[in-house]
Amino acid sequence: MAVKNFVVGLFDDEAVLFPAVKKVRTAGYKLHDVYTPFPVHGLDHAMGLRESSLHTAGFIYGITGTTTALSFMSWVFNVDWPLNIGGKPHFPLPAFIPITFELTVLFAAVGMVMTFCWLCQIMPGVKKHIFHPRQTDDKFVMVIELTEKTNAEEVKSFLQAAGAHDINEQQAEAGWWFGRFDKDDEPYLRKVKPVNA
Amino acid sequence: MKDQFVVPARLKKTSFVLMGVGLLTLLIGLFAFQGENATRFWAGLLQNSSFFLLITLASTFFIAATTLAHGGWQIAFRRVPEAISMAVPVLAAILFVIVMILVFGGKDEIYHWVNLHHVHEDKILSWKSPFLNKSFFTIATILTLGLWIFFTLKLRNMSIEEDGWDLKPATGKKILWRNTVVAGGFLVVFTLSVGSTTPWLWLMSIDAHWFSTMYSWYTFASTWVSGLSLIALFVVYLKKHGYLTYVTEEHLHDLGKFMFAFSIFWTYLWFSQYMLIWYANMPEETAYFQPRVWGEWRPIFFLNLLINFITPLLFLMKRDTKRNYTAVVFMAFVIIAGHWMDFWQMVYPATVKHLVFPWYELGLGLGFVGLIIFLVSNALTKAALVPKNHPYLKESIIHHT
Repeated sequence: MAVKNFVVGLFDDEAVLFPAVKKVRTAGYKLHDVYTPFPVHGLDHAMGLRESSLHTAGFIYGITGTTTALSFMSWVFNVDWPLNIGGKPHFPLPAFIPITFELTVLFAAVGMVMTFCWLCQIMPGVKKHIFHPRQTDDKFVMVIELTEKTNAEEVKSFLQAAGAHDINEQQAEAGWWFGRFDKDDEPYLRKVKPVNA
Repeated sequence: MKDQFVVPARLKKTSFVLMGVGLLTLLIGLFAFQGENATRFWAGLLQNSSFFLLITLASTFFIAATTLAHGGWQIAFRRVPEAISMAVPVLAAILFVIVMILVFGGKDEIYHWVNLHHVHEDKILSWKSPFLNKSFFTIATILTLGLWIFFTLKLRNMSIEEDGWDLKPATGKKILWRNTVVAGGFLVVFTLSVGSTTPWLWLMSIDAHWFSTMYSWYTFASTWVSGLSLIALFVVYLKKHGYLTYVTEEHLHDLGKFMFAFSIFWTYLWFSQYMLIWYANMPEETAYFQPRVWGEWRPIFFLNLLINFITPLLFLMKRDTKRNYTAVVFMAFVIIAGHWMDFWQMVYPATVKHLVFPWYELGLGLGFVGLIIFLVSNALTKAALVPKNHPYLKESIIHHT
């Protein structure tokens, strides 16, 4: 993780935000992220993010669940402890199906939630810098990362022209850190010299 | 924008050729299956007429369910299920004639409960006779078919009438309200018929000793997923011929999701019916599965599961296939054929008993397909392809999954 310098701009409306995102990308600035109070259709596409692979991961977790359930039950009833239950065969596939189904769903669901948390870096005890307190309320917050090639003042006037307001410069931790929800522990991190200063 | 459908000469020719094949097969069947073999003649007619009636009725159900759920995405192609549902009155008449001949024609090979000698000698049939008798069967059939036709025509006529109205908010409210009322009425009838007693009377009473409370839902799931595939086929056909400008791959994606989801729903009901009977292992219940799982019909029984569950599950799982016109058309054909086969294995093991190549049944099926193409394409020309005054039309145009 590293502390970096950012330029932050607020937008009131997604109709202004969309063209601004496109302008930022064509201008070649490094878009750190865009925070919105609700899921905005097509924003991921406008930002140039690739299609999520979460569903592929879900399929793999599901298949793992199916295999686990079937192989474990078969091993138990055929190899480890064969029992005669109601005269049914030792490999009673119809009786295995509900459990196989449940384990498939369980593996897929839990696996996908954990993968989602991993990808979004959210967990109890994991904290991230909040660029503006209203980013989950009613404002669209665009964050541009400064590089050695970009000038902060230039980015600010660019955002101004694109329709942003409350434009400010922030020095913040770009990644996550362990911390308590009731304590502002980020200042300790901020003492470090930013990597893109 | 092409908003008025004109039947292409090729489609008309195809429908006539298919109907010709159907009639020819019927004639050949009439001569080939006489005396002892007449069972197959009637079983084929019963299987095909009930299957194709129920998959066109699925369109009325589609309209009613989406209306009641205040769905907006389907408005851009709502005229397509409306047109498909216009085949219901004709197919209902055909089915009515067939079941009436089976009940009153002095034949007891298909419905052996119509023979009163059997009923008197048989404890189970005597006990069931307050429900399973000729007059109840006839009254219930007339009532269900009549109500289906009434509500189907009502929904269609209202929709066409609304084209002459205006775009004021008050009119929009009125359109929504009266459609909701009629759709609600239809769903009550549909639940009590397709969701409950109708498949018991028409199809389950072939095995009059056997019973399954899952049977009607199973039949419903089978015809509903095929009905959705039929809607998808017509939507893609119109789209490929330059109609339905507002329909995009977003709408196709949603239809694909429905086909995928209800294939799994069908499997869920298939399994729920099978597993409980397998687990309890009681002779009066397992009698139904004896010829299907352990008899001649074993390959068909497992092919059924392969075509109607495994194929749609693996094929439609990916987003790209649900958004691809060719892939959805291919899958729609597979699903309709698969559930046609499902109806075949529901009717045949207890009537014809032996597994033979179904040339006669396939021929009749093609005839019904031709009839549906003919009726639907005619109904499509009767109205504009977009219900322009529907308040949810904009929602459908900008629909985005």
